[in-house]
Amino acid sequence: MLRYTLTRLLSLAISLIVASVVIFLAIEILPGDPAAFMLGVNAQEDTLNALRDQLGLNGSLWERYASWVGGMLSGDFGTSYTYRTPVAEMIGERLWISLPLALYALALSTLIAFPAGIWAASKRGSAVDVTVMGVTQLGVAIPNFWFAMLMVVVFAINLRWFSAGGFPGWDEGFWISIKSLTLPAIALALPQASILARVMRSALLDTLSEDFVRTARAKGLSRRQALRRHALRNALIPVLTIIGLQFSFLLAGGIIIENVFYLPGLGRLIFQAISARDLIVVESVVMLLVFAVVIVNFAVEIAYALVDPRLRHRR
Amino acid sequence: MTHMLKTTSLASVLALTASMAVAQQTDLTIGLQLEPPHLDPTSAAAGAIDSVLYANVFEGLTRFGPDGSVGPGLATSWEISEDGLTYTFTLAEGVKFHDGTTFDAEDVKFSLDRARAEDSANAQKALFAGISEVTVVDPQTVEVTLSAPDGNFLFNLAWGDAVIVAPESIENIKTTPIGTGAFMFDNWVQGDRIDLVRNEEYWGAPAYLDSATFKFISDPTAAFAAMMAEDLDAFYAFPAPENLPQFDADPRFKVIVGSTEGETILAMNNKMPPFDDVRVREAVAHAINRQEIIDGALFGYGSPIGTHFAPHHPDYVDLTDISDYDPEKSKALLEEAGIETPIQVKMTLPPPSYARRGGEIIAAQLRQVGIEPQIENVEWAQWLETTFRGKDYGLTIVSHTEPLDINIYARPDYYFQYDNPDFQALMEKVAVESDPEARSEMFKTAQTTIAEDYVNAYLMQLPLLTVAKTGLMGLWPNAPTQATDLTGVTWEE
Repeated sequence: MLRYTLTRLLSLAISLIVASVVIFLAIEILPGDPAAFMLGVNAQEDTLNALRDQLGLNGSLWERYASWVGGMLSGDFGTSYTYRTPVAEMIGERLWISLPLALYALALSTLIAFPAGIWAASKRGSAVDVTVMGVTQLGVAIPNFWFAMLMVVVFAINLRWFSAGGFPGWDEGFWISIKSLTLPAIALALPQASILARVMRSALLDTLSEDFVRTARAKGLSRRQALRRHALRNALIPVLTIIGLQFSFLLAGGIIIENVFYLPGLGRLIFQAISARDLIVVESVVMLLVFAVVIVNFAVEIAYALVDPRLRHRR
Repeated sequence: MTHMLKTTSLASVLALTASMAVAQQTDLTIGLQLEPPHLDPTSAAAGAIDSVLYANVFEGLTRFGPDGSVGPGLATSWEISEDGLTYTFTLAEGVKFHDGTTFDAEDVKFSLDRARAEDSANAQKALFAGISEVTVVDPQTVEVTLSAPDGNFLFNLAWGDAVIVAPESIENIKTTPIGTGAFMFDNWVQGDRIDLVRNEEYWGAPAYLDSATFKFISDPTAAFAAMMAEDLDAFYAFPAPENLPQFDADPRFKVIVGSTEGETILAMNNKMPPFDDVRVREAVAHAINRQEIIDGALFGYGSPIGTHFAPHHPDYVDLTDISDYDPEKSKALLEEAGIETPIQVKMTLPPPSYARRGGEIIAAQLRQVGIEPQIENVEWAQWLETTFRGKDYGLTIVSHTEPLDINIYARPDYYFQYDNPDFQALMEKVAVESDPEARSEMFKTAQTTIAEDYVNAYLMQLPLLTVAKTGLMGLWPNAPTQATDLTGVTWEE
């Protein structure tokens, strides 16, 4: 287990270093000068230079890379060019929306997908199975932003149960905030739940045809008992993989949903930062997302080992 | 203003009676598309900063009125010396900043000196270039000396970039703006909203509203949904003109159609072939059908212009006939200029829908006469670097939103690279002329000169489209500057 964990950690570190170089270079070669963007069309050359100096944009590429990475290692993400506030603070604030939203959506998705997938698998070929497969097919096919707009029309404009978007802030109360995240979470969860339910079903069906399940049935377990005790645990590996991927996607991929519901999350932040050439914010947010993805993958790999003892002892 | 707002119908009477049943609303939630990057109007070009803070939180010595006229602000009166070089401002009395510190002449000196300093980050530093000295005479009097007479000086001081700030609160101005206005800054939830509350100690006429919230919604569809769900009381500069008929038909809302200072032009690179030939530029101008662009890109809102001047300005001359729609003439001009058609040119389009949608329509119109624009969609940052500064373009579409900005044609290194010494001399004369009639004549000559030189193709004046609940009164219908002045806004009783 220790050796397994260490090799995973090493690959994690390498991923992060490579990512930091790629992110930095990709963003620095984008055309567009942050100072010119901030000062607009009437700016004078001396004003632009004064601002570039203030922002530390006049240094060489390597100086800027070193100060960025060095800063991050010591916990200092730098100061946003346009907002002029510490990047760490901005990310912290936005994370308090994106992270709960991602977790909310993931919880919804899992709560829907597990029962649906298991039910469909246990009654293969029945009306239930056909219905679950049909509905999930639709769920995968519908673009989530379109579904989001549909929900806004129904629940915000016509029924007035929810506001059309926005986020009041956690200070205004827990339930109010949860309520404002509900439509976005459902919109995000729908395609994810559909994918997950289908993966769950097919993984279960695969394991149900394995020898050890037949053995379990032969020793007298009912189909349902064999499924719950033996097949389910073995089917969890692909499901965990998908959940891990989905979490990273939900955290980073909420950009469109955050725009539809004008939520001030990480996705909106990165979108605004790119168009304003607030490079340091873009770099730091992307780096954070890479970090989150790498950590989630690491956690998933550790979880494999917990679910599947064979992995722990493999050399 | 009221002629635009007359919507007294049965429906609004009903709405009125309904609203009387509940308590009179005293707050306001208003939507804007763009969020300010920070809250210092004196160190960024972002119009969104002024949209929230100008006149509400910060005030200048002079200020813009709803019609674009310049009136007294923190300076209640002024005297101009015979030679036009010395302005003596008398300041309002009993004015306090929101943090309780007193406003006096020292603050004026501090603000103006800061804006014109060597290391100033003011986006409109040129406004202050003519100032040679600012002297405090006594706490209520400031004397500003110019190096040359400037007919625009009072106008310049009304800009959002010239508001008065205090040395005591300057350090945190970007997050906690402290001004002298009728509203005080209360709270900023970044990415979501800014809350203002009424300043009970305001020196002038107090605001009607107790509090005001600016909500930032960049997506046009989301803006529509938020209005329809009545999450907002109004949306200033509504981004989806295609939805306006729906609001117009809904008794809960009214649509206010006004004008901005945005002359929207198809700019041509006057130094780059083939546009260095005036005949080619004239051919482009005649190939364009303005009404098609207004209908297609702005859904019919917006008025055609024939030169770089706002139609609502008293000195405007209608020159649309000089560049009327005449594709046959275009073809003849191209032939005369010896252009082999079809000719390919590069057209860069920044993000706003007037540019992207308008660009597609213009490209189709130009193809009719044998000019083949290669469209390249760019973001603002890229547009500023490659098109505006790098001048690597043939055609581009942009709206020039600064008020009275025809003087940009006197800058030969400006992105469309128009270099006409006569025009430059004229602008130098107008800058020092203070006689209104002579100025008016010069502005008219200037408009005609650039129209006849076909510097750019002049498309339309960008409209200001505002959606508001029926009972909301006092929003500015026009935008003489980027501002959402809420000091006179009230709910109908």
